[in-house]
Amino acid sequence: MEETLIPYAGIVTKITEQTPDVKTFRVEAPNGGKLFEHEPGQCAMLSVPGISEAMISITSSPTNKDFMEFSIKKCGCLTDWLHAMDEGQMITVRGPYGRPFPVDDALAGKNLVFVAGGIGLAPLRSVINYVRDNRDKYGRVDIIYGSRSKEDLVGYDEIVSEWMNTPDFHVHLTIDREQEGWDGHVGFVPNYIAELNLSAVNTCALVCGPPIMIKFSLPNLTNAGFDKTQIFTTMELRMKCGIGKCGRCNIGNKYVCKDGPVFRFDELDELPDEY
Amino acid sequence: MKKLTNLNAFFAAIAAKQALYLPVDNSVGKAEYKKWQDGTVYSSALNTARSAKDFFFPQTENLMEFKMEGKKIDVIDTREECEDFVIFGVRACDAASFDILDRVYLVDPVDSYYKNRREHGTVVTLACNRPAETCFCGAFGIDAGNPLGDVTAWKVEDGYVLRANTEKGEALLACVADLLTDTDDAAVKKEQEKLRAIMAKLPLANLTTDGVGEGLTKELFDRPEWAALSESCIGCGTCTFVCPTCQCYDIRDFDTGHGIQRFRCWDSCMYSDFTKMAHGNPRVSQLERFRQRFMHKLVYFPDNNDGIFGCVGCGRCLASCPISMNIVKVMKTLAKGGNQ
Repeated sequence: MEETLIPYAGIVTKITEQTPDVKTFRVEAPNGGKLFEHEPGQCAMLSVPGISEAMISITSSPTNKDFMEFSIKKCGCLTDWLHAMDEGQMITVRGPYGRPFPVDDALAGKNLVFVAGGIGLAPLRSVINYVRDNRDKYGRVDIIYGSRSKEDLVGYDEIVSEWMNTPDFHVHLTIDREQEGWDGHVGFVPNYIAELNLSAVNTCALVCGPPIMIKFSLPNLTNAGFDKTQIFTTMELRMKCGIGKCGRCNIGNKYVCKDGPVFRFDELDELPDEY
Repeated sequence: MKKLTNLNAFFAAIAAKQALYLPVDNSVGKAEYKKWQDGTVYSSALNTARSAKDFFFPQTENLMEFKMEGKKIDVIDTREECEDFVIFGVRACDAASFDILDRVYLVDPVDSYYKNRREHGTVVTLACNRPAETCFCGAFGIDAGNPLGDVTAWKVEDGYVLRANTEKGEALLACVADLLTDTDDAAVKKEQEKLRAIMAKLPLANLTTDGVGEGLTKELFDRPEWAALSESCIGCGTCTFVCPTCQCYDIRDFDTGHGIQRFRCWDSCMYSDFTKMAHGNPRVSQLERFRQRFMHKLVYFPDNNDGIFGCVGCGRCLASCPISMNIVKVMKTLAKGGNQ
């Protein structure tokens, strides 16, 4: 009988250093190809047996048929181990888990505004590349992405060479403080939203980043005319099972692992403020 | 309905075919489930100190193994078909807790470890005749005089009356048919009437679920009383340990020296690191953890399960909490109306 708690073993075939504390790990099945299919915004439980297991968003788009990718910040015992290992190492993966971004429903045919801070770009990158590969299904795309410094922008090369060259993609990068060799925008993401004069007409916004960024981005999106039903975010809480049974990732009566991680902001208003 | 007069012969006949577990007094005078063998004395205690959830959701269990060689990992599925077993003497509260656990572990995606044991276990319940002062199963609509399970048993003046409720129960009674005789429900009704008279006089007889239940998150979450209710909680987790419906778990790995054993064990929302992550903790103080436990049982679980509460009124937490705080005090406090 099937058992989702039992993972697949996959091979980490490529490790890319993205920033001083973020690496992207490419994972393939032992015989090549992907371990399983997923939808944009879904997550997987990654583990190194004997170390730990943790829920990580799948940063690659499902339109990528060859492998899955995970962008992971070094910030705990499992992620320390992953950052120290070499290519060719196996890890275990299980999933996919959770409710994806509604790319074929609420987001279809819309203009899209992506708002990301730091490693918060990882789950949105899955959607952004899905949109690039289904370009005719969506309208104008604005990507507002901010980080502490230029070195902390995750996937900078891809952003410049791929996203900036996609028709009707408008990429707005910002860093927190002035820096030598940076002639782009300087300032925090929420303020940049206000400066950009975004249109909310026929548009949805997808927001992910540190809680403080999300908190201050929301009113500026609202001021730009976005209703809460037009704004989506993806949440993170501690998880052990990924299927709503281990009992630790709930916010009120919702489990982030299965009812989320993607929530619309009006849905979050219905839940207690405990995240 | 069937009449049984020789309980020991009944135990022996079942134990000859499959493992039989029943409450037995331990050296400190508390009842606990033990495997029956010749000479085992069935406890006369009202209920076991620990709940019966261990049979289906054990305190720890191995889930799988990993062999690690160089950069290679082998995932080893160590699951085995469970052997048939019988639990005798489960009270109505604990029997009702199995339905609550089923609503967590048997919904898609099904927990195969739990399902395996559930399918192979036959539950023989025993109606109560001397409920304790800490009992309040009635508040949740549970009838201590008519428990669920595969077979229901009633202790009557001159033996036991048995009723099979499921196919598994019919099969069990068929195995011991030569020990049983046909009977009517007169003796059972007499016992049920006596029980009802006692239940009506219990201290918690009038406890109701007024003021708690599905759809009340907004009304209850920010109630100021949570501060005073949780003030003395030491976060020991005893309430979750003895609770028949607490089902939260942790998954961890253990290096055996020959590979990695991944195991699951009970966990408790009362512990400070339950929700702690690399970037912070959404439940920073005991107030949030305490509130979570009771909101889950009294609001969130009913929200997601047709109004059914995540408590069966067994009273174990009332007897075991070191600071004498419990779900009854929480229910009574919340029912008082608060600040709205």
